[in-house]
Amino acid sequence: MIDKFSWVAIYPEVVLLVMACAIALLDLFDRSRGRIVAYVLSLLTLVVLIALTGMNAAAGQTIYGFGGLVVSDQMANWLKCFSAVAVAVAFVYGRTYVGLRGMLRGGEWYVLSLFSLFGVFVMISANNFLLIYLGLECMTLAGYAMVALRRDHVTSVEAAMKYFVLGAMASGFLLYGLSMLYGATGTLDISAVFRAVATGQIKHQVLVFGLVFVVAGVAFKFGAVPFHMWIPDVYQGAPTSVTLMIGAAPKLAAFAMAIRLLVEGLLPLAIDWQQMFGLLAIASLLIGNLVAVAQANLKRMLAYSTIGQVGFIFLGLMAGVSGGTALGAANAYSSAMFYVVTYVLTTLASFGIILLLSREGFESEEISDLAGLNQRSPLFAAIMAVCLFSLAGIPPLVGFQAKLSVLQALISTGYVVHLGLAVFAVLMSLIGAFAYLRVVKVMYFDEPTTVAPIQAPWDMRALLTVNGAMLLVLGILPGALMTLCARAIVQMLGT
Amino acid sequence: MGWLSLAIWMPIAIGALLLLLGRESQVQLVRWIALIGSLVSFLVTLPLYRGFRLGTPEMQFVENHSWIARFNVNYHLGVDGISFWFVLLTAFMTVIVVIAGWQVIERRVNQYMAAFLILSGLMIGVFCALDGVLFYVFFEATLIPMYLIIGVWGGPNRIYAAFKFFLYTLLGSLLMLVAFIYLYARADGSFDILTWHALPLTGTEQTMLFFAMLAAFAVKVPMWPVHTWLPDVHVEAPTGGSAVLAAIMLKLGAYGFLRFSLPILPDASREWAWLMVGLSLVAVIYVGLVALVQQDMKKLVAYSSVAHMGFVTLGFFIFNDLGISGGLVQMIAHGFVSGAMFLSIGVLYDRVHSREISAYGGVVSKMPRFTTFALLFAMANCGLPGTAGFVGEWMVILGAVKFNFWIGLLAATALILGASYTLWMFKRVYFGPVTNDNVRKLKDINAREFFMLSVLAVAVLWMGIYPKPFTDVMQASVDNLIKQVAVSKLN
Repeated sequence: MIDKFSWVAIYPEVVLLVMACAIALLDLFDRSRGRIVAYVLSLLTLVVLIALTGMNAAAGQTIYGFGGLVVSDQMANWLKCFSAVAVAVAFVYGRTYVGLRGMLRGGEWYVLSLFSLFGVFVMISANNFLLIYLGLECMTLAGYAMVALRRDHVTSVEAAMKYFVLGAMASGFLLYGLSMLYGATGTLDISAVFRAVATGQIKHQVLVFGLVFVVAGVAFKFGAVPFHMWIPDVYQGAPTSVTLMIGAAPKLAAFAMAIRLLVEGLLPLAIDWQQMFGLLAIASLLIGNLVAVAQANLKRMLAYSTIGQVGFIFLGLMAGVSGGTALGAANAYSSAMFYVVTYVLTTLASFGIILLLSREGFESEEISDLAGLNQRSPLFAAIMAVCLFSLAGIPPLVGFQAKLSVLQALISTGYVVHLGLAVFAVLMSLIGAFAYLRVVKVMYFDEPTTVAPIQAPWDMRALLTVNGAMLLVLGILPGALMTLCARAIVQMLGT
Repeated sequence: MGWLSLAIWMPIAIGALLLLLGRESQVQLVRWIALIGSLVSFLVTLPLYRGFRLGTPEMQFVENHSWIARFNVNYHLGVDGISFWFVLLTAFMTVIVVIAGWQVIERRVNQYMAAFLILSGLMIGVFCALDGVLFYVFFEATLIPMYLIIGVWGGPNRIYAAFKFFLYTLLGSLLMLVAFIYLYARADGSFDILTWHALPLTGTEQTMLFFAMLAAFAVKVPMWPVHTWLPDVHVEAPTGGSAVLAAIMLKLGAYGFLRFSLPILPDASREWAWLMVGLSLVAVIYVGLVALVQQDMKKLVAYSSVAHMGFVTLGFFIFNDLGISGGLVQMIAHGFVSGAMFLSIGVLYDRVHSREISAYGGVVSKMPRFTTFALLFAMANCGLPGTAGFVGEWMVILGAVKFNFWIGLLAATALILGASYTLWMFKRVYFGPVTNDNVRKLKDINAREFFMLSVLAVAVLWMGIYPKPFTDVMQASVDNLIKQVAVSKLN
């Protein structure tokens, strides 16, 4: 089954795996506190990966490898590129934090992150149910370990435990669903499943039974209500650098998983999973935004905000097939992709600021810890404000463009129900806006408890500035990224 | 780059520049850059007046570039007789506000000045945008600087006011966004406002869209009963914030009715005109009465703003030439007058640090020059002939009488109410014996304040004595709008 394209399709994965192993070995011989070898090599690896996947994506070919086990298309390559960027950014933001907290002196953080990224890559490229599952496990296993990296820290260990138990349950759900589908269709290959389901010969009941579990698994990974319980605890309990790691790139993987499983594999069942997504979206928007308002802990607030944002992503996913036209579907999925990508960008910056404010022995996690940030550092206050206004969907920031594109995909289907959903979504984001505004209020209107200026390494300061500026620039000129998402989705739908 | 782009982006660019000048030692430099920047930004709007062609309802100074190609969103700018004056008014008021904040603001001066300059550019953008998304972006983005202005430089209860302002107006705008996207889908993927004007829509659609847009514009105007945020915000906002809010931001909502509701939804507008007229009359009469009993000067002027804006919406929804142009004139006049009123209160507040009417008395004997200005603005607020306030009110009342005698009669009571609350406040603050030490120690206005108030005084008198330039510019667009609203879109 190994043809000449097989290796071409998985070059990025090969590079990543080899380098991750090499870094794990080299790190053993590095005794420095900041683990400079692992840091530099990891960043180099990621830069190579970004370039490699970026070039692959720009070439725009669809390559199937290993007898159709993996696919390397535009969507896969762009998502890989963005997740590599996300991890690289997280490395820069988290380096000081990890070094100061002696998380096994830091080296493991880099290596585990790379392994987790490997899982992300496999998930994104998978063209086979089993491979998706393998990628997922690789990604989350590394995640469990990372959350527990501060093994002397009670909340971290507790969070890791919760993450592990609930994550294992989610995997179980997914695996169960996949096995049902396998039983019904007799194949694990995504395109074969699609063809089998499309014949209409297979018993609908069995398929839907499997589908329910698959959707539950996807919802778990996204953290949609009612499968959201782990998100706030893990976001809050994990060391912030790890929160950043599991809050960013894995969202892209979850998106890829949803697209591969549900759109590429089970599109003929769209009428069923669409409704489920609708309900999940309603619940997520409601719970996420409402509960976010009540939080005093910033990481927890951002966790609930994630849940609310996932509601929007699901609205985009569900709008896909209802229009009935391929154009409508491409429009909806690309708007969801745009949403995920820009959301990850916002997450990076907001958690980056939290990391920046944390000092040794002091976690800057409470919202009140940001008091008077504007007086201590107008730049960082502005970056955080940009993140928050973007999450609230206020123009001209990118969060607005993302919400706009999802809403227009939803309303363009022409269903009155969807119009109602859109109104519901905007009302919920109004409630969410209150939660975000509260943080802005603390930063700008309250007096600081300490006037000590904020120290930041130059690389972090520069990257945070670029990251914050991107939210504004992409909000004003979203065209390129939108087109990129649209092209990727159109190509994916075409094959 | 066209003149409109320049008018929008120049203040924003200068504001961004100010943000980079962070040092506290550079305060004086910051002030001068802000002043010169706002002056230049005002000057670049003047060529618009010279170049404006009268007698055509077409959009002028049009700029149209593709912005977000995927959604067919364009960077489409243009002004007609309806929006034209607001561009100039916004740029003008920004200069005044920069002067007003000159010595008063001592904390974070660069951020203060930057917020007002950026706000100015964004508001000009609202008046120039001919694309739904572009309009929405500018419309919403104004919330961010205003929220910060209220929250950072406001009074003791500023945080409550800032939240109330943000969330109230956001709620309205979000529903408007849904309406816009619906129109986009109905127009086969076009966000072009002029295309929407010609779009056929069924009665149900029009009604739904009408109320979605009403949510946005009524809150912004603000119309009774969603006006409650305005007094709270005015009381807490710094002087400059109040002035800009009253002078320009309230106009965004009224402008929305003319640009969106009336031409896009003519049938719904006519069908629900009774509601709009009713709400407007309540604003004029009931809120006028509320203003009468206020103890706080800023609150009084805030309620008076609501009442005056009631006149504007009343004028719009009687659909005749006098009503609509009267409403527009009233909007501009209210821009000058209410801006001036708030700045006058600011002058007193800077000295005594109280806005309570009872904390003053006999100010005239200590500040004769200032009182002269204050008297002029108070008279304009009552609608005395010869001042800006008179022209618009008179036109609207005439239009209302033409529409229905009784509505005209009710609207005219506003003149009595307006005169009562304004003059009563004026009497208690400025006349009578000097009641306390604070007033005894008052010093008359300095050169900066004199300049600021006299510029506004000239504007108020000019508009009251010779309003022709204002009405001439509007005429063709208003006529066209009346035609649009008269033609049914059904069948």
